[in-house]
Amino acid sequence: MTEKVLEARNIVRDYHVGGGIFGKSRTLRAVKGVGFSVEKGKTLAIVGESGCGKSTLARIITLIDAPTEGELFIEGKKVDIARERLTPEMRQKVQIIFQNPYGSLNPRQKIGDVLGEPLLINTNKSAAERRDLAMNMLLKVGLEAKHFNRYPHMFSGGQRQRIAIARALMLNPSLLVLDEPVSALDLSVQAQVLNLLADLQDEFKLTYVFISHDLSVVKYISDDVMVMYYGEAVEYGSRDAVFSNPQHDYTKTLFAATPRADVASIKARLAKKAA
Amino acid sequence: MALLEIENLVVEFATASGPFRAVDGVSLSVEQREVLAIVGESGSGKSVSMLAVMGLLPWTAKVTADRMVFAGTDLLKLSDAERRKMVGKDMAMIFQEPMASLNPCFTVGFQIEEVLRVHMGMDRTQRRARAIELLKQVGIPDPEQRLSSFPHQMSGGQCQRVMIAIAIACNPKLLIADEPTTALDVTIQKQILDLLMRLQAEHGMGLIMITHNMGVVAETADRVIVQYKGRKMEEADVLSLFERPKSNYTKALLSALPENATGDRLPTIADYVTEEAPAEGAVQ
Repeated sequence: MTEKVLEARNIVRDYHVGGGIFGKSRTLRAVKGVGFSVEKGKTLAIVGESGCGKSTLARIITLIDAPTEGELFIEGKKVDIARERLTPEMRQKVQIIFQNPYGSLNPRQKIGDVLGEPLLINTNKSAAERRDLAMNMLLKVGLEAKHFNRYPHMFSGGQRQRIAIARALMLNPSLLVLDEPVSALDLSVQAQVLNLLADLQDEFKLTYVFISHDLSVVKYISDDVMVMYYGEAVEYGSRDAVFSNPQHDYTKTLFAATPRADVASIKARLAKKAA
Repeated sequence: MALLEIENLVVEFATASGPFRAVDGVSLSVEQREVLAIVGESGSGKSVSMLAVMGLLPWTAKVTADRMVFAGTDLLKLSDAERRKMVGKDMAMIFQEPMASLNPCFTVGFQIEEVLRVHMGMDRTQRRARAIELLKQVGIPDPEQRLSSFPHQMSGGQCQRVMIAIAIACNPKLLIADEPTTALDVTIQKQILDLLMRLQAEHGMGLIMITHNMGVVAETADRVIVQYKGRKMEEADVLSLFERPKSNYTKALLSALPENATGDRLPTIADYVTEEAPAEGAVQ
C-alpha cells in the first residue's frame, strides 16, 4: 500500500482586511475548502494565476500559517499549529523552496552557514557534523567544495536555486513544497534545476508539491494536477486526465492561453496571417 | 528600404574590472510591418542592444556601430536633442515591469497626455479626447473614468495596456517590446500578445519583440534572431527556426523546452554548447 505523505481536507483560509478609520473591515476567503492528498514519491502540481490562493495554500502546507478551517495530515498525523506548538520533528518533515533565489538567501551569510543553520536550530549535532553534512549536500546538488565559503552574491540565479534546494534538504524532509521554483530562471537553467529535482526525488523518495503557473513545466514534472481559481480547486486529477480531458472552463481557458511552440501551430498562425 | 538597420553593433560597459562587452557585433534589420523576435537568455545582450537603439543606456556604456539607421535617419550622428524628439514618437518601447515603468505619483491620464503634449503639441481637449481613444484601443473599459486612476489602482495587465497606449500614442513606426508579458499570468499574456499583434497589423508598425519565451516567439514573430552572450547565433524566419534550427545553441534552447521532453530528464545547454564557455548557471 502506498503511503499518503500529505492529506488535506476542506482547507479554508480567511484573511481579515481593512478596518481603517473609514473602511469597514471585511473577510477575504483566500482558500475556499480545498482537499487533496499526495502519495510518497509523487508530485502534485498546483496551477493557477496570481491571487488564486496557491501560495496561501503553500504556507498552510508548510505549517507557516494555520488554516481557518479544515484538517491537515502529514504522514498520517494530524497537525494543527493554531492549537499546539509545532515540534522540531514536524518542522523537519516539511520544507519549502521559494520563487526568487535572490530574495531567499541572506546576503551576509556564507553558503556553508546557510546550509548548516537548519541543523543548528533543529538538531543538536556538533559543528563538525554540521559542516560535513552541509558539504555533502553542497556536492549533491551539483555545486563544488570551493563554493562552501562564498557569499550568495557570487552565484548565478540557477546556482542560488540549487543552494535553496540544498538548504531545504538538510533536515531530510519527506515533503518539499516548491513555490514557483523555476519561474525566475532561464530556460536552460530551468532544465538543469528540473533535472536536479527529479534526481533528488528518485534518490530520497521525496514528495513534491509543485506550485507553478507554467503548464509546460507542470506537464513535464507532475503526477497529479490541481487547478485553482479564486480559492477553489476547479479541477483535480491525474496529469494525463487533466491534460487530455480538462473539464472546467477555466482549465480550458488556461490551456488555450498557453503559447505553443510547435511547428504545426506556427504554420497555422502564418496561414491565418497570410489570409 | 528597411525601417531599422544596424550593422556590427558593439556595446561596452566600463566596469571596475575593465570594459565588459555586452553586445558583440550584432547586425539586424527590421522591415516595415514586420515582427522581429530577439530571443536569448539573461545576459545575452538582447535588451541592451535595443536600449542602445533607443539611446537609453547610461553614460558608462560605449556604443559603436558601423551603421545604425532608422527610417532614413543616422542614429549615430544624432544630437541628444534630436534623439529626444524621435524617441517616444517615431520609435517607442514597452518594458517588462508595467507597475514599475509607470510613475506612481501621476494619474494614468496625465502620463498618456504628457507624451501627446511633448511630441504632438496638442491642446488640452485634443489630448483628452486622444487619451480616451487610446485607452479604448488597448481595451480598457470605462476609459473616461480610468484617466483619473493611479497606476496602483490598476492590475498588472491593465498597467501594461496603459504602457502600450503611451507607446502607440504618436503612431510610432517602430515599437520595441522588451519582455512585455514576462511578469503577467498566461491568460493575461495571451490578451496582451493579441493586443500587440492587432495594433501592429492595424498601424502597420514594425515590432521588435524581445523575449526568452519560445512560445511567445512561435505565436508572434515573422523572423527570429537568437542571441547568446552578446553574439548573434542564428537568424531565420520563424518556421525554419523551429523546423530546422541551424546553430547548436538554438537546438539546445528548443530541446530544453519541457514540452519537448522525450525521456526522463531534459537535455540542457551544456549537452549542446561545448565548444564555448558554459551557460550561466551551468556548474558541471
